[in-house]
Amino acid sequence: MATTANVLEAPKPQTITVSYEHPFVVRLAHWLNAIALLVMITSGLRIFRAFPSFGPKIPQQNFWIPPPGITLGGWLAGAIQWHFTFMWIFVGSGVMYLVYQIVSGHWRQVLFMPCDIPGVWPMVRHYFLFGKKPPVVAAYNPLQKLAYTSTVFFGTVSFLSGLVMYKPVQFWWLTLLLGGFRLARVWHFMAMCGFVAFIPGHLIMVALHGWNNFYSMITGWKRDPEYIE
Amino acid sequence: MPDEPQSRNERSEESELQESAPPSEKSPETQCASDNQGTKAGTEPRTDEKPHIEVRDEIPRPRFGPAGEEIRDVTPGDRRRINRRELLELAPIALLGAFAIPKFQQPLLNTGLHVSDWTAAKLFGPRRLEPTYSNSEVASFDKFPYNFYDVVDPGVDLASWTLTVEGLVKRPGNYTLQQIQALPKVTQNTRHVCVEGWDVVGNFGGVRGSDFLRWVGADLTARFLEVECADEYYESIDMETMLHPQTIFCYEMYGRPLDRGHGAPLGLRMPTKLGYKQAKYLTTVRVTNVLKPGMKGYWEDQGYDWYGGL
Repeated sequence: MATTANVLEAPKPQTITVSYEHPFVVRLAHWLNAIALLVMITSGLRIFRAFPSFGPKIPQQNFWIPPPGITLGGWLAGAIQWHFTFMWIFVGSGVMYLVYQIVSGHWRQVLFMPCDIPGVWPMVRHYFLFGKKPPVVAAYNPLQKLAYTSTVFFGTVSFLSGLVMYKPVQFWWLTLLLGGFRLARVWHFMAMCGFVAFIPGHLIMVALHGWNNFYSMITGWKRDPEYIE
Repeated sequence: MPDEPQSRNERSEESELQESAPPSEKSPETQCASDNQGTKAGTEPRTDEKPHIEVRDEIPRPRFGPAGEEIRDVTPGDRRRINRRELLELAPIALLGAFAIPKFQQPLLNTGLHVSDWTAAKLFGPRRLEPTYSNSEVASFDKFPYNFYDVVDPGVDLASWTLTVEGLVKRPGNYTLQQIQALPKVTQNTRHVCVEGWDVVGNFGGVRGSDFLRWVGADLTARFLEVECADEYYESIDMETMLHPQTIFCYEMYGRPLDRGHGAPLGLRMPTKLGYKQAKYLTTVRVTNVLKPGMKGYWEDQGYDWYGGL
């Protein structure tokens, strides 16, 4: 209270209000994960090209053949090298992020909970149907929470199903849990689709919110944060 | 105990604030009203009064940002310094750019592959079995693909065929199929997984790798088994996998002698390995501690991972 009074009385100096939005661990995890995800998706599509089906080998019914232009690695072995190298970075950054969220308690800000459900539609209406902006009541709005929580879900599914495809015998119990080797490929592919659905929405939002918001994911500090005024 | 001084502090702060507040008629009242709104629900907020500019300023702005750090007012110079420091902390990410440099790319990817292979070998449970399948789950014989890199039938003379056993073994030499078939036979329904992503369950019969290696007096502490094939294919397997209870030298499929397309007369069948490790048309097996560089395996030498474990 006393400080408020002081601020009121002091002559306004040439200052910029900054707020620490993204801690170091979150930014490190974010950028490592962004790069790893790009490599995992493109090399994964190259791997999928080798057998673009979810059924038996005989008779083979192709589901979708990814065009080479969106793939990485050049051929199956090359793509596997990328996939098996960046899987460490992908999982490592994911675990780093989760551990940080749990230890810091910040998971409460981003974890999508049932009480967030009613708030999703107004946000969708605001973003996509030019509806009125719902009042900002928390660090992340319900739609953001849904999007960020879903990426953790996609990451977890892709990790577990990837583990089953990588070592179906060593993790035979997980293979059983996910419904077998073939279904694990389906879950892996669907998790990838989830990420592919998330990325454009995420990038559009970043573009709409401008440089200042984007910059805060690089340095952590946001200038004149919207919750100050 | 800790509650009391705190509440006393709050009270004193409040009274202090009321004392130090400007002697305007309305300000203190509005202040109290807004305070009460937070603490005592039910007190009527005074909506009839238009808020003054001072009142607007007194609404406390959040002190902390979403990351729990205090919101600060900094000079432009300080802001530049903060941003530069935070940016430098993220600099290690730029090291990933090495993957884009042609000179470093392949060595880095090879390292990644080796780390994965090393981990795979650590994960391997020598006694952990692949679940076997009931006969109804076995794909019919015509649905079990012929996999070959060159020719489906390298034209092995089955009548004069022998398996050459060399290296760290007590009884090296050439063994006939009859001799191998005289050893205890196992039959199992196991899954064949191709690195391409497809899989098929088949029925396989043969002699356990461990039984065969003991029979020829192999040094079971050696690290590898190298195999050569009639179609110039070659492979190398870690000894742990060779001694796995489900690893067999396979001479039967679906209760019939192995046909030429599936590797007659003898092939490797390891349910804990990918398809490209399952060498067919075997001619030579060699127990060794050292793999010849560039001779680790036909596909491995072109970039596939050596361990290929499942």
